[in-house]
Amino acid sequence: MSSALLSILPEVVLTVTGVLIMLADPFFAPKASKKALGWLAVLGTLGAAGATLLQLRTHQILLTFSGSIQMDTFSVFFHLLIASIVLLTLLVSLDYFKPGATSHSGEYFALVLFGAVGMMLMTCSVELLMVFIGLEISSISTYILAGYRKGQATASESSLKYFLLGSFATAFFLYGIALAFGATGTTSLNGIASGLSVTAFPTMAFLALAMMLVGLGFKVSAAPFHVWTPDVYQGAPAPVVGLMSTAPKAAVFAVLLRITATTYSSELLHARWVWLIGIIAVLSMTIGNLGALLQKDAKRMLAYSSIAHAGYLMVAYTALPADSIAAAAFYTAGYAAMNVGAFAVISQLGGYDEPLRTIDDYRGLAQKHPVLAAALAFFLLSLIGIPFTGGFFGKFYVFNAAIGAGHVWLAVLGLLNSGVACFYYLRLLTALYSRKLGEEGGEFEGSSPAAAIAIAGAVLATLLLGVLPGKVLGLAQRGATVQVSRNR
Amino acid sequence: MVPISYYLVLAAILFSLGIAAYLVKRNVITIFISIELMLNAVNLTFIAFAHQWNKLNGQIFVFFVMVVAAAEAAVGLAIIIALFRSRQTLNVDQVNLLKG
Repeated sequence: MSSALLSILPEVVLTVTGVLIMLADPFFAPKASKKALGWLAVLGTLGAAGATLLQLRTHQILLTFSGSIQMDTFSVFFHLLIASIVLLTLLVSLDYFKPGATSHSGEYFALVLFGAVGMMLMTCSVELLMVFIGLEISSISTYILAGYRKGQATASESSLKYFLLGSFATAFFLYGIALAFGATGTTSLNGIASGLSVTAFPTMAFLALAMMLVGLGFKVSAAPFHVWTPDVYQGAPAPVVGLMSTAPKAAVFAVLLRITATTYSSELLHARWVWLIGIIAVLSMTIGNLGALLQKDAKRMLAYSSIAHAGYLMVAYTALPADSIAAAAFYTAGYAAMNVGAFAVISQLGGYDEPLRTIDDYRGLAQKHPVLAAALAFFLLSLIGIPFTGGFFGKFYVFNAAIGAGHVWLAVLGLLNSGVACFYYLRLLTALYSRKLGEEGGEFEGSSPAAAIAIAGAVLATLLLGVLPGKVLGLAQRGATVQVSRNR
Repeated sequence: MVPISYYLVLAAILFSLGIAAYLVKRNVITIFISIELMLNAVNLTFIAFAHQWNKLNGQIFVFFVMVVAAAEAAVGLAIIIALFRSRQTLNVDQVNLLKG
């Protein structure tokens, strides 16, 4: 196999499957169940994961397509992560669309796959042009997915808010690229890394980095660019929220890691960059946790919690090169496992119409669905960061890395914030295990077999990351070594 | 020969105007146009720098920005139509069902 094909094989597999689904879709009656297409998408995602493992086995760094795609352990790590998230999301969505609910459920599966292609492309591009295209492929797919329940008034609103703020952010990201091109004369990340230390326009270079940070900050919903998150998460379908609160963020964090790596060559720029990231991290943690305390809607609460988690993750970016990359990569994996799991349970309980909104609606769940309630409780405990869960080691490595780099104040603020976070997670947790208020309140739907597999998978992943973090951390560290050695 | 700084300043002004319009205007279509204005300001910056560095990268980037902007416009307008069908309004102040 040619090295060019090998370097983008997972993306190719996903694209082909997505196109096949689009082609097969018209052969189904409009209101028929499109579950078969969903299984096809699951197969495609498994194929992509297999292709990624094939890449891992080659043990080499491939730089292909005129230096715009780089296949290394770092990209493989994020490819596997995104493939797993997409796989869980697809399994959860298989029975999400009741026959007759919408005539577009076939396209849903194709859009999820196309979105995954964009996210994967972002993690393996070392050329900002490719990063931009990947970002847009993933964004445009998620704009549509956010508004998928077309009949509901909140759906198009959610989609519109996501679209308007997302494209606003893209413009900032692009302006940043343009200024970086002006300062260094290239749009390749390797070129920028070497150009930043010798550039004649350090102010413009810093402005370029700051603009890119603004654009990417919007995409990962870091404060102060987080305003869209609660609204969009509240209106979007629950399985889609599980996807878009984890996979695109993981991809953007990977890009952010590669951009951070370009600043290592210039001491002054790196110091300023760390300073910027530190401010954003503190703001995200504080605003996210305080905002979540005030929420009554469960999905909005989890949206604020995702802002806070973006903040914890940002703390890792202030650390020393090797630590920061491994810690951040591990955190994205841990966060993905528990967050996808939590939204999987929520989507199974609510079904397509999502009658469960407020935290009080979840009262009495443990009596009716003890297993689902236990799973949700486990994910919430992991989001708090209780030991033996992925969330604990994620936070541990991140704060450890920050202390290692001498940013003790950031770690202290992060720990204080984790304390605040206990309150709102525990409020939902106690609601699950308390008795129902009267007869009113939401009815719970059960879970489908496919979704049960997905939830079990998420529980297992969260548990394994919490008990045996070594293997994933090892892969993350190997990815980190690649990054650091390249930029030193 | 017009110096490059003229182009850069013009682009920066256009970009700022785009941000201002985005924040001030209440009509969805106008907000959408202001985003397009920002993207075109970026294109101008790219072209100016491409000329300055005498490298084609910048110009090629502009093509891709145009293509992606067109794709984004297609999806964006579809979303706006879906919104108008369910709400009969294009004013963002009246699109406020989702609140905490």
